[in-house]
Amino acid sequence: MKKTFKRCQSLYDLPAHYCPGCGHGIAHRLVAEVVQELGIREKTIGIAPVGCAVMAYDYWNFDCSEAAHGRALAVATAIKRVHPQNIVFTYQGDGDLAAIGTNETIHAANRGENLSVVFINNAVYGMTGGQLAPTTLLGQKTSTSIEGREKKAHGYPLKISEMLALLPGVCYIERVSLHSPPEVLKAKRAIKQAFKNQINNLGFSLVEILSPCPTYWGLAPKESLDWIRDVMQKEFPLGRIK
Amino acid sequence: MKILLSGNEAIAQGAIQAGCSFYAGYPITPQNEIIAYMAKHMPQKGVFIQAESELAAINMVYGASAAGVRAMTSSSSPGISLKQEGISYIAGARLPAVIVNIMRGGPGLGNIAPAQSDYFQATRGGGHGDYHLIVLAPACVQEAYELTQTGFDLADKYRTPVMILGDGILGQMMEPVVIRRQKTEDRRQKQPIKPWALTGCKGRKPNIVKSFFLREGALEEANLKLQRKYEIIRKKEERYENLFSSDAKIILVAYGTMARIAKSAMLELRKEGYKIGLIRPISLWPFPVNAFRHPSSVIRHPSFLVIEMSYGQMLEDVRLAVGGRQQVEFFGRSGGGVPTESQIMNKVKKILS
Amino acid sequence: MAKIIINQDRCKGCFLCVNFCPKGLIKKSVKLNKQGLNFVEFDSNGECIGCMQCAVICPDCCIEVDK
Repeated sequence: MKKTFKRCQSLYDLPAHYCPGCGHGIAHRLVAEVVQELGIREKTIGIAPVGCAVMAYDYWNFDCSEAAHGRALAVATAIKRVHPQNIVFTYQGDGDLAAIGTNETIHAANRGENLSVVFINNAVYGMTGGQLAPTTLLGQKTSTSIEGREKKAHGYPLKISEMLALLPGVCYIERVSLHSPPEVLKAKRAIKQAFKNQINNLGFSLVEILSPCPTYWGLAPKESLDWIRDVMQKEFPLGRIK
Repeated sequence: MKILLSGNEAIAQGAIQAGCSFYAGYPITPQNEIIAYMAKHMPQKGVFIQAESELAAINMVYGASAAGVRAMTSSSSPGISLKQEGISYIAGARLPAVIVNIMRGGPGLGNIAPAQSDYFQATRGGGHGDYHLIVLAPACVQEAYELTQTGFDLADKYRTPVMILGDGILGQMMEPVVIRRQKTEDRRQKQPIKPWALTGCKGRKPNIVKSFFLREGALEEANLKLQRKYEIIRKKEERYENLFSSDAKIILVAYGTMARIAKSAMLELRKEGYKIGLIRPISLWPFPVNAFRHPSSVIRHPSFLVIEMSYGQMLEDVRLAVGGRQQVEFFGRSGGGVPTESQIMNKVKKILS
Repeated sequence: MAKIIINQDRCKGCFLCVNFCPKGLIKKSVKLNKQGLNFVEFDSNGECIGCMQCAVICPDCCIEVDK
C-alpha cells in the first residue's frame, strides 16, 4: 500500500485558525502543493493579505511578507522587480484585492507585472465580522446590508476579473470554485497555470477562487458549497476569462 | 568634482551614490526633480517605478526593502500624509528605508510654497503606533547630498525608516555641490548583510517580514525591542550645529532653510554688537537635547528664540529640552510666509529691550 | 483495498468529507476530540476505493490516503 495523499513539505503541519468548512484551508493547501510540485519552494516569496488569511505565512514553508490591507500587489511588484529570478505571488481576499486595493490591483495588472495572484472571493468580509464586500451578491444579507445587498444603496457585485481581462498586460485569468472535489482539482490546475506563466515570464496571471465562508453566510459547510454551486456561480461564472 | 545641483537633485544623487537601487514615487510639487532625476540616473541594475499613488509607492519601498535592497521614495506634504500607512508598517516590520519630504504649505492641499509645518508629523512618528523615524534636516544643497547618504547608512544600521526633511526652498534652489567620485559597486559592498531579507529560502529557514503580532504579549515584546533601539538612537545619533552660543544672550533655534536665514540675522546682529548665537538641529528626531544642556548655556542662562516656517512645532521640543529653566520665545510664519532676516532682528531687539 | 487515516484531534467537524465519500464510509463521531468538537471516523471494514475526494475537500488537511 502506498501513500497517495498527504500533506506536502510546503505546508507546515499545524492546526489552521480558520472556521470549520472555510475555503482558505483548501486554497492554502493548493498553493503549497503547486509550489511543491513545480519544485520552486526555495525561490518562492508569498505575500499575505490583511483579512482572514493575514497569517497565511504561518502555514507556508517558504519566504513570505505581510502587506498592508490592499497593498499586496505593490509589495509584490517591488519584490519581483528586485528579484526577477524568484517566484512571487499574492494571496488576497475580495475586500483586499477588489475594494481597498483596487488601485494597486489594476495598476500591477496594467503594468503586466510578472506575478501570480490567488484571489479568494467569498463575497463577504470574514475577519471583521461579515460585512458587505465588493463581491457580495444582490440580496445577500451581511452585517452592513441587513436587508440584503440592494443595487441602489450598495451597487452591484464587482466583477474585477472581467475588468482586469480587458488589460493588455494580463496574460491569464480564470475563475474556479471549491464547491466539490473535482472543482478543487480544477482550481489547483488553474493556480499551477498561473505559476507556470510566471516561470515562463508571460506577465500577470490571476486565479479567482469562489470560496465558502460558512460562518458569515449563516450556512452549514456543505450548504455553503451548494450555495456556491447553485447561486454564487450564476453571478460569477466559472471558467477561463482570459 | 563640483557640480551645480538643486536640492532635490542633490538628494537623488546622494541616494544613488549611497547604493539606492530601488526608487518608487508619485509626482507632486515641489519635489518633482527627485523623481525625474531618479528616472534618468537610476543605474542599470536598479529599479525605478512611477507608482499609481503615494500609497503604492511607499508599499513598493516596503517590498524592495524586504527584498534586501536600499530603497527610497520621495514626496511633499500631502503625499507624505498618504504614505504614513506604509511608513508605520516599515517601522513595525523593522525595515530600513529612506523617505524624503520636501515640505509645502498645509493643511489640506495648502499651496506649493515652502513650509516646515510637517515637523510634528515627522518627529512624532506620523502614522499609527509607537514608533519614530530618524529625521534629518539639511540646510543647504551640499548637506542634502551628504545627509541622504547618512540616512541610508542609519536606516540599515538600525533597521528603521529615515526621513530627509526639507522644504520647497531647499528642494528648488541650486548650489554647487562637491560630489565624491565613488563607484556604486564600492558603496554596495559596504552595505550590511541582511540575513532577514526575502530572497527565497534556499539553504535556510523561511524568512517572514511582518508587523503583525497577535499572540498575547508578542506585540508588547516587539514594541519594547523598538523602544530599546530608539534609546540607543537617542544616545548616539543627535546631530546639531552650534554657533556662538557660548557668549550669547539670545540663542536662535532654527532648522533647515530657516536656519540659514536665522544665521544671516545672527551675523548682522553680532555686527551691531548683540551677543546672539544659533543652535541648528540637524537631527530633528532624535532631537538634540544636549545642545540645550551645554554647561555654558546652563551657567550663562541665555534665552532661546525658536524660529520656524510653522506655528510653534519645534518650539515644543525646545521647551522640553530646556525644561522650564530658561525663557523660550517664538517667531514663526506659515502658509508660504517665510520669516525674514529683518523680522528676526526686530524680534530679537524687542526681546532684549 | 484502500484506506484513509484521519487526524481526529485536528478535525473541526465540518463533515464535508462525510458528504463527498461515494461509499458512505466516513461518519460523524459520537465522542468529542481535544477541541471539544465532533470529528469524523472512517469505517475500515467498508470498501474504500482511495478516490481521495475526502482528502481533497478537507479544509484542514486532516486526511491521508493509502492505496
